[in-house]
Amino acid sequence: MKISLDIELKDIPGQLILALKPISDFGGNIKTVLHQRDKKTPSGRIPVQIVFEIEESKLARLVERLKEGDVNVARVGKERLKESMVVLLIGHIVHTDIGDTINSVDSTGFAEVVELSLSMPGIEKKSSALFTLSAIAKEELKKALDILKEIAKKKGILVISSI
Amino acid sequence: MKTKIIRILIIGFGNIGGGVAEVISRKKENIAKKQGLVLKIVGIADLKGVIINKNGLSEEDIRKFKTGEKIEKTRDLNIIKEIEHEVMVEATPTNIENGEPGLTHIIAALESNRHVVTSNKGPLALEYKRLMDLAAERGKEIRFGATVGGSLPIISLVKDNLASNGIISIKGILNGTCNYILTRMAEQGLPYEHVLKEAQELGIAESDPSKDVEGIDTAVKLVILANSVFDRDVSYKDVQITGIKDITSEALEMADEAGYAIKLLGEVNKGGCLKVAPRLVPKDNPLNVRGTLNVVTIKTDLAGNITILGKGAGPIETASAILSDILGIYKHNNENDFII
Ligand SMILES: NC(=O)c1ccc[n+]([C@@H]2O[C@H](COP(=O)([O-])OP(=O)(O)OC[C@H]3O[C@@H](n4cnc5c(N)ncnc54)[C@H](OP(=O)(O)O)[C@@H]3O)[C@@H](O)[C@H]2O)c1
Repeated sequence: MKISLDIELKDIPGQLILALKPISDFGGNIKTVLHQRDKKTPSGRIPVQIVFEIEESKLARLVERLKEGDVNVARVGKERLKESMVVLLIGHIVHTDIGDTINSVDSTGFAEVVELSLSMPGIEKKSSALFTLSAIAKEELKKALDILKEIAKKKGILVISSI
Repeated sequence: MKTKIIRILIIGFGNIGGGVAEVISRKKENIAKKQGLVLKIVGIADLKGVIINKNGLSEEDIRKFKTGEKIEKTRDLNIIKEIEHEVMVEATPTNIENGEPGLTHIIAALESNRHVVTSNKGPLALEYKRLMDLAAERGKEIRFGATVGGSLPIISLVKDNLASNGIISIKGILNGTCNYILTRMAEQGLPYEHVLKEAQELGIAESDPSKDVEGIDTAVKLVILANSVFDRDVSYKDVQITGIKDITSEALEMADEAGYAIKLLGEVNKGGCLKVAPRLVPKDNPLNVRGTLNVVTIKTDLAGNITILGKGAGPIETASAILSDILGIYKHNNENDFII
């Protein structure tokens, strides 16, 4: 199960490891760590968002362990993708393996393709795909779009993103 | 009011050069009355030849030049140096390979201590800094509002009215041909090739439409904005360009159903952004304008977003920008140019 964990750390060195070590001790597979230094909490702590995969049964014990270790746990939830944009692809989308194109984004762990619709006017004709690209934060969204653009370029697909 | 005479030389007498003569003829009385500026066209030159009258050409002379009845068959550009005038209007074709012939004309004019007003994008897109430096060295002005967005006063809006603001970015539709094609394709569900042909028949697209549809024209305008508004030092080759040729009517329909229009947008900011690409524009966004209209949103640090839209091309519309630039030169300074 993919989990998004919001924690708050003291602004002194060595804090992040307090959170990361238990996650890996419980067999969690860490996907992204978003250290939001510019968004201190009123009490001066630094919010950190960690996205990781873990067996569901181990989650409760992990959260206990974190709390014991002086990590403020603000929120535990299924990964939440906060930023999104609409993207349109034009080209031979299906023939160039749309699964692989989408996977290039989904496999990042910080972004995914949702609500996809396809239009295929005819075998020889270019098709179009419209979807929402979602990511955990603005910067990640931009990264995901860049990844998508790069793979689309190789496949001769035009990427049109929303403003 | 003291009356001041401003002698104008027009180089390039096609759509725009002709438009300038026309708007001067329409507005000169009003301008003399309100601003005390007497505009006189003292010479016109194009590839066919020249016509000159140092006391000002009559409308009849200008008409006869146009029809070829009265023309001096010379292409000697020494007229820029030799014919006394205050403002040279440069309206020859845009050339983005080397800026010529406009570049040579503009340099000759500045070196002869003339102000320059131009609609020609080539010299500005390629040699912006050099031309500005030369103008500054000579204490002359070069104004080019007509090069970006035709009638839209983008550059003067930013430099004058928004002078208190930092400009964060400028984004918009700067090519009416592409906007026409995308609008028609979306509204009628017609294929690209069909609409392009229609646009050519209507005179909206040129017989060689590549500069427009490949996004090159938008890119050139963006470069002028990057250099003039954002003090960047970029050329056309620095722009990331994607055109509209690969857009299908199915894609437009799909975007429409999701609440978007597809528009070819140019986007520039003071950082690294300098790109032309088709984008999904929410239908309720002010950048979603139809037909041949141009539009830009200027993002500022104090005033927020300001959007202006209007006709991006056309002889009279573009000439209006040129005339405004001429008058702009005489608004604040340049007293010592005048002959009383
Ligand atoms: N049309 C628009 O709506 C619009 C809008 C904004 C900016 N602009 C820009 O304004 C400029 C003029 O556009 P336009 O539509 O007026 O073009 P145009 O109708 O083709 O006119 C160009 C004129 O320049 C003359 N010319 C060409 N080479 C010359 C040379 N070496 N010396 C002197 N004259 C020369 C041509 O002479 P001949 O007639 O003898 O060939 C013609 O009179 C272009 O740079 C264009 O990009 C146009």
